[in-house]
Amino acid sequence: MKEQAAFETGQFLTFKLDEEVYALDILQVREVLDYTTITKVPKMPKFMRGVINLRGGVVPVIDLRLKFGLDIADNTVDTCIIIMEITLDGETTLLGALADSVQEVITLDSGQIEPPPKIGTRLNTEFIKGMGKKNDDFIILLDIDRVFSSEELSLVQGDHEQKEELSQAHMA
Amino acid sequence: MSKIIMTADDSASIRQMVGFTLKQAGYDVIEAVDGRDALSKITNSTIHMLLTDLNMPNMDGIELIKQVRALPDYRFMPIILLTTESQAEKKQEGKAAGATGWIIKPFKPDQLVGVVKKVLK
Amino acid sequence: MNDAVQHIEVYRQEAEELLVEIEETVLDLEENPDDTEAINKLFRAMHTIKGSGAMFGFDEIAEFTHHVETTLDKVRNGDIPVSRELIDLILLSRDRINEMLNAAQKGITVTQEAGETIIASLNALQPGKTAGNPQQEKKTAPATPTRDPEAENTYRIRFSPHQDLFLSGTEPALIIEELRNLGQATIVAQWKDIPPFSSFHPESCYLYWDIILTTSKTINEIKDVFIFVEDNCDLSIELLDDDQIPVDEKEPKKIGEILLERNDLKPEDLQGVLSGQKRIGELLVEAKIIDPKLVESALAEQQHVRQVAAKQKEKQAASSIRVPADKLDTLVDLVGEMVTAQARLNQKASELNHPDLTLITEEIERLVAGLRDNTMSLRMLQIGVTFSSFKRLVRDLSNELGKEINLTTEGGETELDKTVIERLNDPLVHIIRNSIDHGIESPEVRQKAGKPKEGTIKLSAEHSGAHVAIRISDDGAGLDTEVIRAKAMERGLITSDENLTDKDIFQFIFAPGFSTAKSVTDVSGRGVGMDVVKRNVESLRGTIEIESQKGNGTTITLKLPLTLAIIDGLMVNIGNDYFILPLSSVEECVELDKKKADKVKGRNILNVRGEVVPYIRLRDQFEIQQERPELEHIVITEVNGERIGFVVDSVIGGHQTVIKSLGPAFKDIQDISGATILGDGTVALILDVNKLAR
Repeated sequence: MKEQAAFETGQFLTFKLDEEVYALDILQVREVLDYTTITKVPKMPKFMRGVINLRGGVVPVIDLRLKFGLDIADNTVDTCIIIMEITLDGETTLLGALADSVQEVITLDSGQIEPPPKIGTRLNTEFIKGMGKKNDDFIILLDIDRVFSSEELSLVQGDHEQKEELSQAHMA
Repeated sequence: MSKIIMTADDSASIRQMVGFTLKQAGYDVIEAVDGRDALSKITNSTIHMLLTDLNMPNMDGIELIKQVRALPDYRFMPIILLTTESQAEKKQEGKAAGATGWIIKPFKPDQLVGVVKKVLK
Repeated sequence: MNDAVQHIEVYRQEAEELLVEIEETVLDLEENPDDTEAINKLFRAMHTIKGSGAMFGFDEIAEFTHHVETTLDKVRNGDIPVSRELIDLILLSRDRINEMLNAAQKGITVTQEAGETIIASLNALQPGKTAGNPQQEKKTAPATPTRDPEAENTYRIRFSPHQDLFLSGTEPALIIEELRNLGQATIVAQWKDIPPFSSFHPESCYLYWDIILTTSKTINEIKDVFIFVEDNCDLSIELLDDDQIPVDEKEPKKIGEILLERNDLKPEDLQGVLSGQKRIGELLVEAKIIDPKLVESALAEQQHVRQVAAKQKEKQAASSIRVPADKLDTLVDLVGEMVTAQARLNQKASELNHPDLTLITEEIERLVAGLRDNTMSLRMLQIGVTFSSFKRLVRDLSNELGKEINLTTEGGETELDKTVIERLNDPLVHIIRNSIDHGIESPEVRQKAGKPKEGTIKLSAEHSGAHVAIRISDDGAGLDTEVIRAKAMERGLITSDENLTDKDIFQFIFAPGFSTAKSVTDVSGRGVGMDVVKRNVESLRGTIEIESQKGNGTTITLKLPLTLAIIDGLMVNIGNDYFILPLSSVEECVELDKKKADKVKGRNILNVRGEVVPYIRLRDQFEIQQERPELEHIVITEVNGERIGFVVDSVIGGHQTVIKSLGPAFKDIQDISGATILGDGTVALILDVNKLAR
C-alpha cells in the first residue's frame, strides 16, 4: 500500500552528470554515500569501477558517466555514490552508481512527465522512463533496471558474442 | 614422592618401552633382566608395584610372583603379569600364584598406564 | 626422542624376523595344507606384527596386517579353506608389510592401492563366495549398529569380594573409584558381614558394595573394570533401566520391589508388613525382617533413579533445539562482520598504541576467535548421511548393469560445512556413476582378470589440515592412458609427439565433452559429467585429483575446504591493490628481483631448488598500470597437484578472511572467487587460484 502511494506521488532523487540532470525513482534509492575508496576488479569494463564495503557487504559501483558515454571526471567534494536496489535476473541486489553530485528529492505528478523522446538524447532511449519537467528544465527519468539489466552488465564482461548467440538462439 | 615400579623382563625392548612409558607417566622405574635379578633387587630396595614378564631365564614370572608374595612387605603389593594372547591359560596360573592382574602383549603405552592406574593407588 | 627411535628400531628387527618366519611357514603350509600348527604360527606372527606395529606407531602396517590376521583367523576356524589363492595372498601380504617397513625406515609412504587390492582379495576369500545366486550373497556394507553414544543406562551392581581379595594385591577402593568415573554412581558399602572383633581377621575383606551406576558405557565396559577380580568376587550387574523408555512413563520403583528384585527380601515377608501404614522400609526394619543397611541401599537406588530421571528430563528438554538454517546463516554473517570489525579495532589499537586499549583488543580478539569457531561448528554436518544415500544408487545401478558391487564407507563422521555437503552431492553422484559404469567390470571380466567377482567402491572422508579429503576409489578397470591419449589427439587437444605424464593425461577426462566410453549407456558415457564435476568442486574452492592404474582401479580425491564462510588467507599487494590468496593452497613465497626476471624474459619459469615452476604475473594478468618495483615476490601455490607461482609486489601476511560474495553483478567473473573487507574498511579481492592456474 505504501509503495503504491509513493509511486503515485512520484518522488524522484535528482543528480547531475556533466551538467545534465537525471532522476531516479526514490523507491529504488537506498542511500547516498560520500565517495569512498573503490577496489578495482580486474578485467572488468571501464564503467565498472569496482566494489566498495557497505557496512560489511560488498557492493559493485558503476560510473554512470562512462556508462552513458561521457568523459571520465575527477572526483570533487560533491562526488557521491548512490546506492540503489535493482532487480537482476529476478534477484534483488544493491548497486552503487557514481554521480557528480546529488541535487534534491522532487515530486512530479503524471502531468509533469512526458514519454521519452525518440531522438535528441545521447542516451539510449531504452534507458529512459520519461522526461520530467520542472521549472522549464528537463529531467531525464532513468529506468535503472534497464540500465543494469543482466545483459547490459554481462555485455561489458566480454562475453558479448556469447550472449548474442544466445538471444539469437532464443529468437530462432 | 613418586611410586616405584619394577619391570622384570628379559627383552630389552620391552623393558625400555615399559620404562619409558611409566617415566613419562610420572613413575620411577627399576629394571630387572630376569626373575632372579628382580627378586634380589626387590629384597634390597622398596618398590610399590611389579610388572613381570612370564617367560624369563633363571626364574620365570610365575615363580617370581610366588616368591615376592611370600615376602612379608609385599603381601598386598599390586603385581601385573605380562602375557600374550596365546598363553591365555597362564593368566589363571599367574592369578593363582598371587598376581593382581595381567596385561596382554602387545599393548600400547596408554593401555599400560591404564592398567597401572587400575591397581596402583 | 632417542628412546622412541630405539623402540622403532627394535620393532623393525623383530618384524623382519617374523616376516622370514611367515615366508617359511607359508611354504610349509602349501605342502601340508592340513598343518593347523602352521596356521596358528602364521596367525600369531601376524598378530605380533599388528600389535607391536600399533604399539610403536606403525599404524599403516597395523591396519593392513589386521585384515590379514582376520582372514587367518577364519582359516584357523575352518571358515576359509587353505587354497592356492590364500597362499598367494599371504605371500603378497608379507611382501607388502616388508615394503611398508622399508618405506617407513626411509621416511616415505607407500601408495594405498596395492594394499587395498590385497585387502579386497582377502575379503573376497570369505566363505560362500562360490558360484550360485550372487544376488543373495551380495554383501552390502554392514549396517553398523546405531547405538547412540549419548544414551545412558542405569545398572545395579553388587560387588562382593571374596575374603582373600587383599592377598592378590587388589585394592577394592580403586575399583569403586574406577566405576565412579564411568558415570553417575551411588555407592553404598555393606558391612553387615563384618564378624565380631574376636573372630575378625585384619587381612580379610568383609565388605561388599551396592553400586547404582548410570552410564553411557556398555555392560562389557563395566565388566572390564572387574577384569582382574572376576575370580575373587561375586559380581552381579543388572540393567535397571533403559534410556529408550520415555522419562515421563517411568515411575521409580517402590522400595519393596527393589528389595525383592535384589533377593534381599522374600515376597511373603513383604506381604506380611505391607498391611501396615508406615513406610515400607521402616516397617521391614522394625519387623527385623531385614538389615537396615540393605534398606538404605535400596533407598539409595530409588533416590539415584529419581535423580537420573530428573536429569534426563532436563537433558531431553535442553539437549537440542531446531533452528531454521537462515537464522544460522544470519549468525554466520554477523560473526563475519564481527571478525571484520575486530580487524579494524586491531589496526586502530596498534596505531594508537595505548596499553589499556591493546589489552582490551587482545581480549576481544580471543573472544571473537572463540565465537567464530563455535558458530562455524554449528553449521558442520557429518558426511555419513550423504554417503549412506549412495547405497541405494549403487545397488540399483549395479543391478541394472548386471554387476556385483559392494559399497564400503569410511570416515562418515567427518564433518563439513552444511553448504559444502549439499553442493557435494551432485559431483559425488557423477563420480560414483562413472565408477559403476566404466570402472567396475562385469563379473565375468573380473574373474578372467583374476579379481573377485564382486567389485568394491570405497567412499572415505578424512581431515587433512584445513581441508577434508573425500576419496572415491574402485577396484575396477582403471583408466587407460593410451585410449585417453588417442582420444585427446583425435580431438586436437594434443599432438602426437607431446610428452605427457599420466597425471597430465588424466586431466583430459575433465575436458568438456570428453568421453572414452565405447558405448553410450543410460548411466554415463555421454561425456557430460566430469567437466561439470570439476566445475562444481572448484566452485566450492576444492580440487580434484585422479590416480589410476590400468587394471587396478581408480581413485578420485576431492579436497574441499572445511567451510565456505571464513578462510585463512595470505594478503599480497600489487601497487595499491590488495588481494587475498587462500593460505591452504600456498606453499611458499620467494623473491624475484628484476635482474633475475629479465634473464628468463619471455619464459615465465622459475627455478625453485631445482624444480621448474611456471608463474603468472598478476600485474599483467590484471592489467594494473603501475611501475613494477625493483623487487617482486612470487607466491608459489599448489593447484591440482601442480605448482604455480603468482608474481606480486609484496606479501603482507596472514589474514583471517571472511568471504563475501561479489553478487550477481559479477556472476561470470573469472579469476576472482570473492571479496573480503580489510581492517581499514576497504575491499580486497580473493583470487581463484584454480582458475588463474589455467
